[in-house]
Amino acid sequence: MIQLENATKRFPGGQEALSGLSLSVDRGEMVFVTGHSGAGKSTLLRLIALIERPTSGQVIVDGQNTSRVKRRKIPAYRRQIGMVFQDHKLLYDRPVADNVALPLIIAGVGHREASRKVRAALDQVGLLHKEKQRPETLSAGEQQRVGIARAIVSRPKLLIADEPTGNLDPDLSLEVMRIFRRFNEVGVTLLIASHDIALIDRLGCRRIALEDGRLQKQPEEEVDPWL
Amino acid sequence: MAVTRNADAVAPVRKSSPLAIWFARHVSISIGSLGRLSRHPFSSLMIILVIAVTLALPAAVNLVVKNARSISGSWDNALDFSVFLKQAIPEDEARALGRLIEQRADVDSVLFVSASQALADFKEHSGFGAALDQLPDNPLPHTLVVSPSAGHTSASMILLHEELGNLPETEYVQVDTEWVQRFHAILDIVRQAIAIGAALLGIAIVVIIGNTIRLDIENRRNEIEVTKLIGASNAFVRRPFLWTGFWYGLFGGLMALALVYYGLFLLQGPVARLAGLYQSNIAIASMSLKEAAAIVGIGVFLGLFGSWFTTARHMRRIEPR
Repeated sequence: MIQLENATKRFPGGQEALSGLSLSVDRGEMVFVTGHSGAGKSTLLRLIALIERPTSGQVIVDGQNTSRVKRRKIPAYRRQIGMVFQDHKLLYDRPVADNVALPLIIAGVGHREASRKVRAALDQVGLLHKEKQRPETLSAGEQQRVGIARAIVSRPKLLIADEPTGNLDPDLSLEVMRIFRRFNEVGVTLLIASHDIALIDRLGCRRIALEDGRLQKQPEEEVDPWL
Repeated sequence: MAVTRNADAVAPVRKSSPLAIWFARHVSISIGSLGRLSRHPFSSLMIILVIAVTLALPAAVNLVVKNARSISGSWDNALDFSVFLKQAIPEDEARALGRLIEQRADVDSVLFVSASQALADFKEHSGFGAALDQLPDNPLPHTLVVSPSAGHTSASMILLHEELGNLPETEYVQVDTEWVQRFHAILDIVRQAIAIGAALLGIAIVVIIGNTIRLDIENRRNEIEVTKLIGASNAFVRRPFLWTGFWYGLFGGLMALALVYYGLFLLQGPVARLAGLYQSNIAIASMSLKEAAAIVGIGVFLGLFGSWFTTARHMRRIEPR
């Protein structure tokens, strides 16, 4: 689903966020990217979302080489990917349902079909009863679930999440991870950046550890297979 | 919380055609933009008023010129000479002189106006009707109105003027319509000036709308970034702003019409009074339907152009970070 071949991202000024990173995520996998802040987690996700392009090397997502995606085609490319952000990135001037519907409206889905899909997505994150509320009346955990509903409403094959539990307490974090897990069970590929190692270990998923823009030589600790 | 992918399994919803969806979206976006304007009624109204005044100004001046033209139009085009004959000349002699002058190559026609006819005309048009009845006898001479032939030059006119003046029967030669021509020339200049002024004001409208929409874009920057992040194209994020420009232009144009009509309404009374004083029935010519539609159309066009121009510059710039 995702292949990076020798991908390097160098910022003006010479600082390297990623240095010749190669990795691969298979279809249907749920993979965590870990590492300290500045290790290159966010840059990796930004390359996949085409918010940035690699300075050199290749990023291939679902068979598409991102360097061949023209500027004009970026919106269509992004619509294939669900994205979840640490700060939710909800629009606070409209109700929850309209936030979740946004990707469908962008894709030109009809009103009735859109509202059906919105309700299905909200149901999946357990917020169907709050569809008419404004996002600011919801708790942080609920807002993040709205963000997740928006990311999955158009049924992407790939979902990327940047520190989705960064602002949540452990219980809410676990709840969010469970939701991700269920999507994974129905075939969605997930790539999640997180530094919450204890939580990741409980889920027992594959971990890609980054350090200074490279794959870490040895994982910091072994995953307990029994958990 | 059971997670199933059963949403597809529920009763199939009838899918609308893409065109119907597109149309419904535009309706909802346009209403949304309208709603946004109504949320800041005061500042929206100010901008609409500025646009309206800017549109109404050239429209009003144009209307003045149009009226001036229609009033002066009755004295129209060609340069005519009024040859006032000496009082002593009898009518048949005057008519014979007229026929003689008519045979000149540089003269197209000669109209004979007898003294009595001139008096009758004067009574009718001058408004001194009753006063003139008090005169013991007709003070007016017989007159020949000489129209030069087409293709006259100013040199040939000076010559004709001189020769008519040198006739022994002539008391005085007056070039009637010279001032009308000058007046028309002035009106033409005013017209040109309006065209130039209107173009400048049009640019001003584009700048005003563009600037307003630029501020709107800055205020909604976060929204634009987020929508782009989840796959919105430039065209998609642009649409509501184009509609905003459309509404500004439309309301500006309509308000400009209202201003012009209100101005006409205010002038109606004084003009009627003036016409009454001159015993005439001058009325202000209003705007034709075509002109009114043009003002609104220009407003809409400038609104759309201003927003199109601004969004083209800024939407590309705002990218998710």
